[in-house]
Amino acid sequence: MLIYLPIAEVSVNAFLLLGLGGMVGVLSGMFGVGGGFLMTPLLFFIGIPPPVAVATEAVQIVASSFSGVLAHLRRKTVDFRMGTVLMTGGVIGAGLGIQIFNALKAIGQVDLLVQLCYVVFLGAVGSLMFIESLRALRRSSKGGKPPPRKKHGLVHALPLKMKFRASGLYISVIPPVIVGICVGILSAIMGVGGGFIMVPAMIYLLGMPTKVVVGTSLFQIIAVTGFTAMLHATTNYTVDVVLAVLLLIGGVVGAQLGTRLGARLKAEQLRILLALMVIAVCGKLAFDLLVMPSELFSIGETGH
Amino acid sequence: MKRVLLILALFLAPLTAVAEEVVAGLSQNRISITTNFDGSEILVFGAVKRETAIPDGPPLHVIVAIAGPSEPVTVRKKARRLGIWVNAAEAEIDRAPSFYSVATSGPWPEVLDDVDDFLYEISIPRAVRSLGGAAERAEAREFGEALIRIRREQGLYQTQIGAVEITDETLFRTNIVLPPSLTEGAFSARIFLTRGGSVIDSFETAIPVSKVGLERFLYNLAQNQPAIYGLMSLAIAIAAGWSASAVFRYLRS
Repeated sequence: MLIYLPIAEVSVNAFLLLGLGGMVGVLSGMFGVGGGFLMTPLLFFIGIPPPVAVATEAVQIVASSFSGVLAHLRRKTVDFRMGTVLMTGGVIGAGLGIQIFNALKAIGQVDLLVQLCYVVFLGAVGSLMFIESLRALRRSSKGGKPPPRKKHGLVHALPLKMKFRASGLYISVIPPVIVGICVGILSAIMGVGGGFIMVPAMIYLLGMPTKVVVGTSLFQIIAVTGFTAMLHATTNYTVDVVLAVLLLIGGVVGAQLGTRLGARLKAEQLRILLALMVIAVCGKLAFDLLVMPSELFSIGETGH
Repeated sequence: MKRVLLILALFLAPLTAVAEEVVAGLSQNRISITTNFDGSEILVFGAVKRETAIPDGPPLHVIVAIAGPSEPVTVRKKARRLGIWVNAAEAEIDRAPSFYSVATSGPWPEVLDDVDDFLYEISIPRAVRSLGGAAERAEAREFGEALIRIRREQGLYQTQIGAVEITDETLFRTNIVLPPSLTEGAFSARIFLTRGGSVIDSFETAIPVSKVGLERFLYNLAQNQPAIYGLMSLAIAIAAGWSASAVFRYLRS
């Protein structure tokens, strides 16, 4: 069943979109990640114009994170104070990111920027995660104890300290704001929620307890990608609501299946699988940049 | 130069072309893009009106050209920089139709010669144009050819040699296929009668292509009320996601 997307102005099979949404949903449910980093490149691949893919993915991320955050609110595992600080940085970052995105779109380099961001960040996060989980696997097989976490660092030395009761932290607001800005920029450029950067940053840089990390990052992702989606909608007119809803329906159903699949696997095994997947996506994009493309020419945006 | 030739041709046309005139019709005179739009087909048909007997000499040929609205287009070329392939050069094509399909009743040089192609801009390379000096045009040629190649692969530019059927040098018909990824705008259909490679009469009509219904509503809202459209998209998406997961929870319990 072909469906004509009103904003993307292409005709796509509705079942293909539902299927893509479902597939990414299964993975995101299994690994507890948003899946934006998989969905956006897949949308490029099926012929959705990149600006539309990035903007629409922002809408989908807000919606798919929404039911997650509700569950965390019920369990009271959201640090609102930290979430608000991160969000402030995130909104500033998203604003900057949109500026960069539009400036590069005008000179025809936006695809390159998006691809480079993917290669660099997915490559870094994927390999770190892979090494980490390999070590964890080896440790658990040897039965040794995990090394104690460092308690004091730069986050404690900076000024403007604030108490974050839900996280049990008393740290400067500067590091979370910077983390927020960085993730905001990425979210606007790459069309991702940024959970894959935010979660490690919260654990390793800010020293937040794992119990509140997921809920808080979801909370701030909703706010920042919601803001990003609005910026894309009002400056580029590239949000396609029909595309978003189709992806979402598939995604929600897939995520439920994925959650159950994930419950059967061990945490370390899941982490290794996720790391391999991230590295595979990164490898594919790097390959495209390094190998001579079959068509050297491309047609730029004509603008409406 | 070109304008002078065109004016001359217009003045001369009534003198030479009065013998044979084209009368044509289309199976659809507007195209509506609905939510389940998956391409369309236009049947172009017509007849040659003449007061005298069929003249001797070269046979009659018919060319049908359907064009989408023309817009300036930027074409970019990739090159290797620091080991990776990036967009390194670009050229502006001053005028390229978003869709162009030309059907003829015979092979090119026989149905139309270069002079009339230049005047009426019928073949695809003529319909895609770059302005500017000779040097700029030579540089832009590569880019223009690439544009045509890419749009041909997407089915947006088509040349169908011999697709127009002519019966008894009087009746003609052809089918033009419009792809699913059509964009809206003012399309036009032009029909040319030629003998010996020269145009003897032509007919032009407009085919408006527009989104209708839900497509129209969403597109207009996104363009004119982007803030409301953005909020609405978020609200619809959140409601859809939340209700889908609520249904799932209900099914499980």
